[in-house]
Amino acid sequence: MRLDVRKTYKLFIGGKFPRSESGRVYPVADSKGEFLANVAMASRKDARDAVVAARAAQSGWAGATAYNRGQVLYRIAEMLEGRREQFVAEIRALTGKSDRQANQEVDAAIDSWVWHAGWTDKIDAVAGNMNPVAGPFFNISTLQATGVVAAFAPQDSALLGLVNTIAPAIVSGNAIVVVSSGSLPLPAITLTEVLATSDLPGGVVNVLTGKEAEIAPWLASHQDVNAIDLEGTSNFVELEIQAAQNLKRVIRKGDFARLGTKGSLNHITNLMEVKTVWHPKGN
Amino acid sequence: MFEYAPAPESQALVNFKDSYGHFIDGKFLKPGKTYQTINPANEKVLAEITYGTEKDVDLAVKAARQAYEKVWSKLPGSERGKYLYRIARIIQERARELAVAETLNNGKPIKETRDVDIPLVAAWFFYYAGWADKLDYAGLGPNPQALGVAAQVIPWNFPLMMLAWKIAPALAAGNTVVLKPAETTPLTALLFAEICQQAELPDGVVNIVTGFGDTGAALVGHKDVNKVAFTGSTEVGRIIARQVAGTNKKVTLELGGKAANIVFDDAPLDQAVEGIINGIFFNQGHVCCAGSRLLVQESIQDELLKKLQRRMESLRLGDPMDKNTDIGAINSQAQLKKIEALVKQGEKEGAERWSPACVIPKNGFYFAPTLMLGVSPANTVAREEIFGPVLSVMTFRTPQEAVTKANNTEFGLSAGIWTEKGSRILKLADQLNAGVVWANTFNQFDPTSPFGGFKESGYGREGGKQGLAAYLKGGY
Repeated sequence: MRLDVRKTYKLFIGGKFPRSESGRVYPVADSKGEFLANVAMASRKDARDAVVAARAAQSGWAGATAYNRGQVLYRIAEMLEGRREQFVAEIRALTGKSDRQANQEVDAAIDSWVWHAGWTDKIDAVAGNMNPVAGPFFNISTLQATGVVAAFAPQDSALLGLVNTIAPAIVSGNAIVVVSSGSLPLPAITLTEVLATSDLPGGVVNVLTGKEAEIAPWLASHQDVNAIDLEGTSNFVELEIQAAQNLKRVIRKGDFARLGTKGSLNHITNLMEVKTVWHPKGN
Repeated sequence: MFEYAPAPESQALVNFKDSYGHFIDGKFLKPGKTYQTINPANEKVLAEITYGTEKDVDLAVKAARQAYEKVWSKLPGSERGKYLYRIARIIQERARELAVAETLNNGKPIKETRDVDIPLVAAWFFYYAGWADKLDYAGLGPNPQALGVAAQVIPWNFPLMMLAWKIAPALAAGNTVVLKPAETTPLTALLFAEICQQAELPDGVVNIVTGFGDTGAALVGHKDVNKVAFTGSTEVGRIIARQVAGTNKKVTLELGGKAANIVFDDAPLDQAVEGIINGIFFNQGHVCCAGSRLLVQESIQDELLKKLQRRMESLRLGDPMDKNTDIGAINSQAQLKKIEALVKQGEKEGAERWSPACVIPKNGFYFAPTLMLGVSPANTVAREEIFGPVLSVMTFRTPQEAVTKANNTEFGLSAGIWTEKGSRILKLADQLNAGVVWANTFNQFDPTSPFGGFKESGYGREGGKQGLAAYLKGGY
């Protein structure tokens, strides 16, 4: 009998797969309480490194054409489809879901990537506009990504909740630092392997595993983070207070559903800025 | 400079009461504990204003809640719209009176209140009136819903205009409001309450509570408000963002700015000079989106500054009621002291201060139009919002350097670009982190055009359908 080769579950920062700089790991159990794997326990330093990586990647990603971003997001769906069995196995092991239920979750995650992929070049058509100002001016409002988003994926969803946290942020050109579910982290790490092979520039998505409550204050108070998504946090009132220090845009727990095959345009635009440009008309 | 004979507008166009109580549930209450509101141009008392308490705020929120539940939310959008059209028309009818009242209480020149502030107030109501029965088309999904009671706190720099920016979209979307005007400029809000009465707006739909910061804090913190809209300093914006943490209150914040006005060597210089003047001296620089950092391409610095200084020498500072006045009074002694302190600090940190010869009136609060030259990017006057007629001048060599310097701020409200090169405008407009970019113009406002900032200039937009969305919840 051959001994199988197990995976080392690491972080995903700047397109690379480092261990936590703290050297810490924590054991993850399956739905029956049996040991599954040791997973990296991200530290404050890891969170800060992830923000630096996200900031470095953000302007390039936002500067890519909407068509290009759409193709990359669609590619993520393709890669996810190809690896579906791995996700199904991990979801089943972690949650005790049936094969059918686990497949449904993977289906929904793939479909949500496709739904988001189609939005990249349509947001402005729906949420932006020319403005008929009362004067001799050309005036147009367009939307652009707000910058670096720190996000906390729902704790009770292994894959779909995470996808519906990442996709609405990056579709418009944001970079994201996302903390996965603490107890269901394996599909998050496997998703990073999908992201790494989807032509997504390194640093656009950074995934941390570990204790949400430990990492959250560092991200909520980080001065180079533009927006925060508090969905998967426990201490959300205190975190919203910390986020006020540099007036981060805040998505509160429960603001948007995370378990659908479609996202929400409002979710996408809440992580964007409306920019209005004026120019005189004349000879 | 040409000598002009004084051409004062008539003060008789407006008749303030001696004292005002709050406007709650369609009626003016008896004045409570009062304070004096003055004319900052001569420090004369205009009226006694009630200092609102927590109890007053509670009364107003209750009135707004009742009006929302019983009347306003049951009215079809088309009828709400007609009330807003009525209000717009009465504002047009009483435009000159409102302009005079605003100038007396705020200190800004009559030519600005008459030609900019009040026309925009009417336009804002007229624009949002038309949205009231078209909410399905606002891009939020079918049948978007009002939020409920909106708590609105506004600043002193454009008192009635800020009121219009807040109340018009809130009412069009189907909300009722409690608004607190700034402590130094409550009078036009109280005249607006009269206009609501003349329009026969249902009682409690609009409530005005006057007072100071603690009155505003009580309003923002009231447990029965669903929406908070604030325009003012970033410092207070932070306090509000903390105050609403953990609630379901939807928030929009319109905060400070430190806009870069970028002038390239190929810019039409005479137009750019007018744009720079308008950018920083409009409303004495009491403008959150003021172009307070001039970034001039190094090769044209001398030529541009010569023209700019020459133009500044022709600015008329003085009686705001005089139709020839370009620069009126600073709104309050406190603000004047803040401007003076920041300019002194800037000098201490190495900037050179220049103002044209300028007679400062004996009474009232005035500050000469001022250039700060040779300002380093780390200088306080390059970083902090001064909110006065003070322009910090810096240089750049390449477009990339201009963008880097322009974006080197915690703020992100507005920016200006002056160049004849269209492709450069479009590229810079993409790269500047600012909610409003004015190219070859500056300080333009329109109800159809969303206004609001990136980063620490706040969040949410006012104006346009985006400004309407700030008062709705939708399904998309």
